[in-house]
Amino acid sequence: MTAEHPPIRLLTLYDDVMNVYADRGNAIAIQARARARGLAVEARSVSLGDPLPDAADLLLIGGGQDREQRRIADELAGRGERLRAWADDGVAMLAVCGGFQLFGHWYRDTAGDELPGAGVFDVTTVAPGPGWPRCIGDVLAQATEDGIGEVVGFENHGGRTYLGARARPFAMVEFGYGNNGADGTEGAVRDRAIGTYLHGSVLPKNPALIDHLLAGALSHRAGNTVRLAPLPAGYAERAHAAAAAVARARAPRFDRSVRPAV
Amino acid sequence: MPYASLRERSAVLIGRVAGAATRRLGRGGGTALPGLVASRIAPGLLSTFARALADGVVTVTGTNGKTTTAHLLTAIARADGREVVANDSGSNMERGLVSMFVDASGSDGAHRLGVLEIDEAELPRLYSRLRPRVAVFLNLFRDQLDRYGEVDSVAEGWASALAAADAGSTETTLVLNADDPSVARLAVHSGGPVVTFGVDDPAAALPGREHAADARFCACGARFEYSAVHMGHVGHWRCPACGEARAAPDVSARRIVLQADRTEVDFTIAGEPCRLTLPLAGLYSVYNALAAAAAAHALGIAADVITASLAQAAPAFGRQEEFALDGRTVRMWLAKNPTGLNEVLRALVAAGPSLCLLVLLNDGIQDGRDVSWIYDADVERLTPLAPSVVCSGDRAADLGLRFALAGIEPALVEPDAERALDAALARTPAGGRLEIVPTYTAMLHMRELLARRTGVASYWEDTRT
Repeated sequence: MTAEHPPIRLLTLYDDVMNVYADRGNAIAIQARARARGLAVEARSVSLGDPLPDAADLLLIGGGQDREQRRIADELAGRGERLRAWADDGVAMLAVCGGFQLFGHWYRDTAGDELPGAGVFDVTTVAPGPGWPRCIGDVLAQATEDGIGEVVGFENHGGRTYLGARARPFAMVEFGYGNNGADGTEGAVRDRAIGTYLHGSVLPKNPALIDHLLAGALSHRAGNTVRLAPLPAGYAERAHAAAAAVARARAPRFDRSVRPAV
Repeated sequence: MPYASLRERSAVLIGRVAGAATRRLGRGGGTALPGLVASRIAPGLLSTFARALADGVVTVTGTNGKTTTAHLLTAIARADGREVVANDSGSNMERGLVSMFVDASGSDGAHRLGVLEIDEAELPRLYSRLRPRVAVFLNLFRDQLDRYGEVDSVAEGWASALAAADAGSTETTLVLNADDPSVARLAVHSGGPVVTFGVDDPAAALPGREHAADARFCACGARFEYSAVHMGHVGHWRCPACGEARAAPDVSARRIVLQADRTEVDFTIAGEPCRLTLPLAGLYSVYNALAAAAAAHALGIAADVITASLAQAAPAFGRQEEFALDGRTVRMWLAKNPTGLNEVLRALVAAGPSLCLLVLLNDGIQDGRDVSWIYDADVERLTPLAPSVVCSGDRAADLGLRFALAGIEPALVEPDAERALDAALARTPAGGRLEIVPTYTAMLHMRELLARRTGVASYWEDTRT
């Protein structure tokens, strides 16, 4: 496969600012899985003030605190048109937590300030402010995309995200809170772009999700649909099973009446 | 106990009975229950106890190094002839502090110094009640975000506690880490004296920034520049926009030679140079020793007493503690957050090249439910050493995956701590050393296992001598 495909262009956005919940593990896991598959990856990071490259096949952005989100919001929103065009063109993306929020239309933070978003996903997010607890805990959800199946991770967010008419959820929550604790949705999908609240880091222990993103990135690179053969189970599957057991044992089973406990 | 009301005195008695009962029932050390019971009966008890200490209170707070710093300071103060009460079991919330006072309240309270490590998130609530004579702030790193919320909120809590207490706090000396910008800038909230500490050895600098760096930006909004990074965001920082910058510290380490199990270091304590061999490994131990030295200096203890006691320092429990077991040396390194783990890994690299490791990751409330943080630590530092690694704890599988992704195939992934210990010992050559790196609750569990096998005292017995 190495010979058939030029390297996947992996782009990490603001990884020195939006890095508070160890989402760096996502880039580590992608590189390792690509290596195991004999796929070449050409990684680069773009931070504040850096120009976007001409093209990318796979884009990652992680979570950050309100302070860090304020720092990048204007610049990221200014790049919204470009990013939306990339999404329409089939670039694979993973936006996590604070990065997911800023990939929506806007995020109203705990101070009540509205931060503009890149508008990749038809979602909006409101941090409800004092008296509303954060959504914190283990999550187990079922992805809506074929071939990904059960996803596991850890969520820690104050903001409540609501899907617009054109947005599809990335997954439906079985254990945990998800986008807003009310409608059972988790994250959002637009073509090959995925937004999610899951840390963990999420990719290392959800190998089917990495494969989904890698296949998407390869398809974008090659200009046709690429399918990846399964790999034998290993450490990732064990960690997935352990995290799923933890979520089942101690996260609240989702139902519409569930709200984070104060 | 002077000043105590009848209600407070009964609260102490009842608390003591509760503590004795839990210990007798074998339900652990009883480090929290007496305090919980006593402060339920008399909520003002903590202030009463603190006021009764004739030599005042030293608080020690920060993300990493609280227990070791308080432990070192206690040793220095005792060497100076002072009678010290300390919460050295690491129980650092209000109930733990009150428990400690309840236990210690039998003897004469005069001429006593309190050395209290305080949970960083609890400090704002406790600061005005303890009215410390010396308040030590070590560092602020990301830690247990599922419990503390965001890092910024802890920093804001410290600043507002100091600002609120400012009116009456000219008698408090702040001891601040000059190298951590989130800590150094607390000086603006002080109405009293400030003693700073820091590292001034170019050889201590890392080649680049670490991934888990937290205070990247100045309050004015610009990104800090560093001429040297020592760990995380700690180093020689300056803001290119507003000009705020690290100031030369009052207590500094000028020449540091890191070795496998000790550190040679030249200190300057308020202009006075001294040389010592610290019996602890790792740059983070140098920071802890500097903080203890600066606090001791603030208490008026002479530099020669400080260096002599540091040179004889014993490790705090679970922090580079050594045990002899099955013809091997077992050394335990508590690591509970990315920066802590990074520093332990750095010390282990210095201890290499043939490393036998047992790493344990638990996800209890005290460890943090979210185990994401292992991806923030630079586990890849160990890859060139090709260590033998046994992964254990509740989240052994997550740990196994983390090492595998770093290119280190685990020798074994075994959630059960006791079976993992046996396997790791079997993989350690006779006469060799097994390095155990546990999270907090895994450390407590492992220490009990080692205590049972080696006859070393349990931690609560240890702290009552």
